[in-house]
Amino acid sequence: MLLSLAWRNIWRNKRRTLITAASVLFAVLFSSVMQSIQRGTWDHMVDNVVNYYYGYIQVQGKKFWDDRSIDEVIDRQTLLEQVPDRIKEDYPLVPRLESFALASGGNRTQGALMIGIDAAKEDQLTGLKGRISQGDYWESSPEGILVGEGLAQNFKIGVGDTLIFLSQGYHGVNAVGEYPVRGLIHFASPDLSKTMVYLHLTDAQQFYGTGDQVTSVVVGLKDKDEVSTLVNTLRSDLDTSQYAVKDWQQMMPELMQAKEMDTASANVILIILYIIISFGILGTILMMTKDRQYELGVLLSIGMRRMQLFGMMWMEVIMIGMLGVGLGFLISVPLVKYLSLHPFQMSGEYAQAYEKFGAEPIIPPAFDWGIFSWQVLFVFIITSLLALYPFWVIRKMRPVEAMRQ
Amino acid sequence: MKPVIVTKGITKTYQPDTIPVHALRGVDLTIKEGEFVAIVGPSGSGKTTLLNIIGGLDRPSEGYIEVGGKDISALSDNALIDFRRDNIGFVFQAYNLIPVLTALENVEFVMLLQKLPKDQRHKRALELLHAVGLDDKISKRPIELSGGQQQRVAVARALASKPAFVLADEPTANLDSVSTGQLLDIMANLNREEQMTFVFSTHDQRVIDRAHRIITLEDGKIISDQLGHG
Repeated sequence: MLLSLAWRNIWRNKRRTLITAASVLFAVLFSSVMQSIQRGTWDHMVDNVVNYYYGYIQVQGKKFWDDRSIDEVIDRQTLLEQVPDRIKEDYPLVPRLESFALASGGNRTQGALMIGIDAAKEDQLTGLKGRISQGDYWESSPEGILVGEGLAQNFKIGVGDTLIFLSQGYHGVNAVGEYPVRGLIHFASPDLSKTMVYLHLTDAQQFYGTGDQVTSVVVGLKDKDEVSTLVNTLRSDLDTSQYAVKDWQQMMPELMQAKEMDTASANVILIILYIIISFGILGTILMMTKDRQYELGVLLSIGMRRMQLFGMMWMEVIMIGMLGVGLGFLISVPLVKYLSLHPFQMSGEYAQAYEKFGAEPIIPPAFDWGIFSWQVLFVFIITSLLALYPFWVIRKMRPVEAMRQ
Repeated sequence: MKPVIVTKGITKTYQPDTIPVHALRGVDLTIKEGEFVAIVGPSGSGKTTLLNIIGGLDRPSEGYIEVGGKDISALSDNALIDFRRDNIGFVFQAYNLIPVLTALENVEFVMLLQKLPKDQRHKRALELLHAVGLDDKISKRPIELSGGQQQRVAVARALASKPAFVLADEPTANLDSVSTGQLLDIMANLNREEQMTFVFSTHDQRVIDRAHRIITLEDGKIISDQLGHG
């Protein structure tokens, strides 16, 4: 009957109950949507950048990341011998040979990042083929290069035109080559678009004179939750005096810093939101307790123990909290699901800022049950803690004084 | 008849540290089983304070109270609450029913606190509501009942735990004469047929006229204790 009594009590003042439940509902809704957007935006940006180029894990020569020198190459076969079979079987290992070169066409010259790739594996990892905007992905001919649209625009060239590349090859040899353009690639990031040049791995090895060596091998995993396990496995199995295993966070520290700063400021906003909502709920609890002093005094008089009385009041607050939390959950889940399927399109400066990071200018909220669960749990914990207030009042309550109210 | 309530040298002083107000100044009183007692006196004479102390709602500054042979002045808070629940029935001036419960549930409520099985609670609550003439109102909530009907439910609730006695603080103060008559008839019947002890504090002459014993308080002291006309 106590449960039934508590349930009926909360509907004695429907408006107050609904307003309080609504404030809890909005706390869950706002916090869930906000966090979904925040996490989704960053996940999207990281996925974009990672999948555009870096991959989540790279194995490189020990000094390659700092020196960026073509001399810091690694022998692919020697590396593969050390990689555990489980990783070789479960994940594509995508080789790359990358270095800088001067590109020249007509009377223009500019720097370019030349990347030798295994065409099939690279497409599997980064979906490079899908970003061809003109020409083809070496289907018409196995020779030639793919260049960023921005670079082609700088040189005023198109598919079928030729570019000459000049660089310093392995251990100081001259690296010179002339390659026809087979296709143009669309990059969201203008910087990448103006510098990227892809060629077959064998062509790049020939150009730089490295033999069957590469500058990095990307471990092609799609789920970033596996990163730390795989990185640890590789670090324990590979000769770390020779190889460096880099995860995406190490390869993109600026992005990580920006993410952490954004997460911190979002958390501050969430805390402010929780505080505002907490005061709203506390206000209701204060009113519920104050308005019913007389009634509580009567219940004490006729033999209801203080803990039973407190239990009843606690249940009332919890029921209002559950009502708000439940409705908040029921509204936020489909809303976030809808927004994740129909993300906001950004425009103007915001869009440009996203593109600079190589990300598409959209805001796709992350649909993660964990976010909803945490927000529901957190708001519920706040409500439960605030619901302890009546205990303080009832503990000190004297029936005669309460009934004088 | 054995004594139900015995008080010896009860005093109650409010604000003892500043300007003391002596609500009771040494009350010695014995009420026996089956009595129908009215405590009367002018406002501020200490009627309600005495009722509160007898009912275990307040503690005396000094003195001894025995209810049903038990010294209640030494009971802990929880023990006192349980004692009230099991031994004392309360009827308040403002009825004080639980607004969200029906008449039947209000009567059952005290028995629920006593952890009686549901069928026993239900049966006794129906009997009591029958006794107060509210068979047809069992599923009504207090707001759907008149003042007199609410007070009759309150009497049924007070009797639900089979208490040693019922304390009624100005039970007819908010009732019209018809309702007052009905309520007094019910209580007088219960007193006569079930030997239920009733102790009223009242100003109402209609109640005083029905009392078997009239105790008059003034300035916190009993100034007369005489047989009534009821």
